[in-house]
Amino acid sequence: MVQLMKIKDYFRSFLLWELLKGLRLTGRYLFRRKITVQYPEEKTPQSPRFRGLHALRRYPNGEERCIACKLCEAVCPAVAITIESEQRDDGTRRTTLYDIDLAKCIFCGFCEESCPVDSIVETRIYEYHGEQRSDLLMTKQRLLEVGDMAEEQIARDRATEALYR
Amino acid sequence: MLENIFNLISEHILGPAVGLLVPAGYASNALYTLEVLVKISAILLPLLFCVAYLTYAERKIIGYIQCRLGPNRVGFFGFRLWGLGQPIADVVKLIFKEIIIPAGANKRLFVIAPILAMAPSLAAWAVIPFDETLVLADINAGLLYILALTSLAVYGVIIAGWASNSKYAFLGAMRSAAQIVSYEIAMGFALVCVLIAAGSLNLGRITEAQSGSILHWYWLPLLPIFLVYFISGVAETNRAPFDVAEGESELVAGFHVEYGGMAFSIFFMAEYANMVLISVLTAVLFCGGWLSPFQGMPFLGDQPFLSEPNIAWLLIKTSVFLFMFLWFRATFPRYRYDQIMRLGWKVFLPITIIWIVVVSGMVVAGVGPWFN
Repeated sequence: MVQLMKIKDYFRSFLLWELLKGLRLTGRYLFRRKITVQYPEEKTPQSPRFRGLHALRRYPNGEERCIACKLCEAVCPAVAITIESEQRDDGTRRTTLYDIDLAKCIFCGFCEESCPVDSIVETRIYEYHGEQRSDLLMTKQRLLEVGDMAEEQIARDRATEALYR
Repeated sequence: MLENIFNLISEHILGPAVGLLVPAGYASNALYTLEVLVKISAILLPLLFCVAYLTYAERKIIGYIQCRLGPNRVGFFGFRLWGLGQPIADVVKLIFKEIIIPAGANKRLFVIAPILAMAPSLAAWAVIPFDETLVLADINAGLLYILALTSLAVYGVIIAGWASNSKYAFLGAMRSAAQIVSYEIAMGFALVCVLIAAGSLNLGRITEAQSGSILHWYWLPLLPIFLVYFISGVAETNRAPFDVAEGESELVAGFHVEYGGMAFSIFFMAEYANMVLISVLTAVLFCGGWLSPFQGMPFLGDQPFLSEPNIAWLLIKTSVFLFMFLWFRATFPRYRYDQIMRLGWKVFLPITIIWIVVVSGMVVAGVGPWFN
């Protein structure tokens, strides 16, 4: 019986049986439906947890949320965040400097997780570029601008995900 | 029809031009030279065009097999046209790139290598018959000439690997040398079988010896040899699954790692020109070249256009074999080095030698519709 199998295998390899089976498979795939997403015209759906460009949020009354606790700076594995703080005239502590170096950032989302006041968030924005390195340094002002621009989407995503946090 | 066009060109453009520019005593020689040059460009320009679009076809077909779309952006005049402009864009890009010669490289050999790889694959087209009369050099030693030139191509690869003064390039060159030398033997014996069957070294004569019907072509009596020849051809051109010389995942790009810009693209073009050459040779030697597959068939054979020999049949057959090349690349994983050697020496060599005896016997006995 084993001898018979051996002879069978020998003839199969001689007749290129397995190669023909492979060719048949790829030949069938040639006519399959193509699943390419043609990017600028078509886009894949995004998760509400998408981690894209960073933003600093404000409260509805316009006050910035960040209280300069520096938890994000401490947790950041890529050391991409730099914060300096001062007491403001009304006695609260606020940041004077809040920089995220996007060239260092690995978009892990730890800053977002660590933030006690939901100030630093990652938005769904991913179509941006920098033409020099300084373009990739997000200053406090730029982060706040992104936050103001995308606040609606950010708030919606936080609301849908609040259940699971 | 093509001859008529050529005669018209010769009579109305080349003749007067030579008459104007060349002293009377040399006119006939000059005219002959010019005519040959025109013929050469009539073969090579379409060939290079095919090579360019073969790269497009490869990317498209392999893309389709992998459920992708392949290149579909670059078109002409603002229209995308399924990415048909891609080869042109690639050529323009490669032309404008810098050719870097590594500091430790042997400069002269480094520059000569791509030319040595390219030239044989173009020169071999001199003896390819496109039609009964449509052949640049109708020489009697056509098959020998082909064998000689296809073996020469390996020098380009070896010299490139050696002159680059790089480990990866050198490894690639060594592998390629061993591989091509091994498969050259199987290929040579396969050609001997065809030679015995046809009784001629002239490629046109070989094709004519196959006339009759699709069953008269040599693929049938020489079936194992046909497969051996085509697979050796794939190995000769360093194509997947025999691409250990290039070995993208282990040797980066093998023998041409150090090449960039046009120097790289010459190697690239040589590879594709070799593919076209092997395909056209397989069509000529085993599949009746320009002969119609419907010739001598009960119903289709009576149709005036379908049964007539035509250059289009040769092109169609060549395209089928080219498609096989791409299909193989999309299907098979790369052979290990020792597997390649085993296949070449322990499988193909015995098969071809046995079949030489079988074919000789068939020819002596006048077997079937082929040898009587």
